[in-house]
Amino acid sequence: MNNNIIISVLLVFSSITLSACNSYKLRGTGDLGLIIERAAGKIQVVEHSQNTSLAQINGLGDLSHASIVYSRDARYGYIFGRDGGLTKVDILQQKIIKRIIQSGNSIGGAISQDGKLIAVSNYAPGGVKVFSAETLELIADIPATYNSNGKTMQSKTVGLVDAPGQRFVFSLYDAGEIWLLNMSKPQTPEIRKFKNIGSLPYDALLTPDGRYYIAGLFGEDGLAKLDLWHPDNGVKRILDNYGRGKQQLPIYKMPHLEGWTQAGDKTLVPAVGQHEVLVMNSKWKQIKSIPVHGQPIFVMSRPDHRQMWVNFAHPKNDTIQVIDTESLSIIKTLKPGKAVLHMEFTPRGDQVWMSVRDEDRVDIIDTETFETVTSLKADKPSGIFFTNRAHKIGL
Amino acid sequence: MIIKNTFRLCLSVILSISSISSYAELTQDRKQQLEHLLKHDCGSCHGMTRKGGLGPALLSDNLKNKSDEFLFLTIQHGRPGTPMPPWSEQLSNQDINWIVHLLRANKPNE
Repeated sequence: MNNNIIISVLLVFSSITLSACNSYKLRGTGDLGLIIERAAGKIQVVEHSQNTSLAQINGLGDLSHASIVYSRDARYGYIFGRDGGLTKVDILQQKIIKRIIQSGNSIGGAISQDGKLIAVSNYAPGGVKVFSAETLELIADIPATYNSNGKTMQSKTVGLVDAPGQRFVFSLYDAGEIWLLNMSKPQTPEIRKFKNIGSLPYDALLTPDGRYYIAGLFGEDGLAKLDLWHPDNGVKRILDNYGRGKQQLPIYKMPHLEGWTQAGDKTLVPAVGQHEVLVMNSKWKQIKSIPVHGQPIFVMSRPDHRQMWVNFAHPKNDTIQVIDTESLSIIKTLKPGKAVLHMEFTPRGDQVWMSVRDEDRVDIIDTETFETVTSLKADKPSGIFFTNRAHKIGL
Repeated sequence: MIIKNTFRLCLSVILSISSISSYAELTQDRKQQLEHLLKHDCGSCHGMTRKGGLGPALLSDNLKNKSDEFLFLTIQHGRPGTPMPPWSEQLSNQDINWIVHLLRANKPNE
């Protein structure tokens, strides 16, 4: 009896406390996202149910080439800045929870399978650092050391992704290596190194099933593939010599491999230094190349894999092309405006958001009609990241 | 191929040295476009604040041991074996001179 009274009093008290704290409207985060405003060092919180901007969060430093991963509850975003900044933001409260400068120069990051670890890929000093997702305290420091003519050097790291089994995978740009980092026991990280994978890996991707890690090579025509189900088989080359016999064009921007398309038994990837998208069959053999408007940067699949949207390097970056993945033909060419840097699909693909940097706009386009639904103002927008990334392997 | 490139390089050295310091005929508009290009497009590899990225840092301190001619030719022809592309198809000699001038300034323009 007495206990019941105490419990009732506690319940009443706690609900008063809760409602007093709860100054924002109760809502989920599944339709939220963050947009990088690269020049101003800030991000916008947006939602894609009504297509509106909800808030701005300032003070994130140098955001050129910034990227974001999300906590598994899709409430917190981790922003990786160029200046080595790692910032944890609360999307619901729309504020910075914690910000650290963890290196001199960084390029991106990943969150572990269990959501407890954040790994950051660094250029200077070259390597990977692993932090607690909760507190951003340093858990492991993995310098990307390699031997160059008898001298120990540190390589820039690129293409960092999370993989099943509490692993991270990344590539060493200067050393031409792929490292598999097992963080199952956070205090004793295990590293497995794959050497001589090819010259200058510039970016990498993980297939959505978490099985194949594929690094693009800048220094030669080809890609390096590691089967994470069978790492003992080593790194295999695919698409070797895809540009053979052709003069490589000057490359004004490095392609990105994230968001590639596996449509049925076909896989589509950007060709480096060519105005082409390459098509591979399920045996990783090239079966076709699709001539496109310029040098492809992002080759991104609509979530149903029926369409693939491609943007291009400077100076042809005012254009988007859409490829039908069944006929492998271009079905639409759009001219959104100067410097289309990035695209992000809504989780089920009804719309695509794209940042038009030099026109300070984010366009929202219907992927069936190709009509622009609306545009949001943004200050030199670059990356757009929706929270459904929280639940995808390799993002 | 190498011989041909070397020949082209020598030829352009001779051609460009004579015009290397001038950007006087550029309009204010063009100068601003080039500042934008330097910040955002060069910035995609060298960092928007020029502190480096996949490409090296380009702050004036990093470049103090490099001659104007070296910077000019690097922009014009790129650096073979690295991702640095030649910009000669998009940029005139005067354009490149202006970019070299900007690189010598103490701070990246905000």
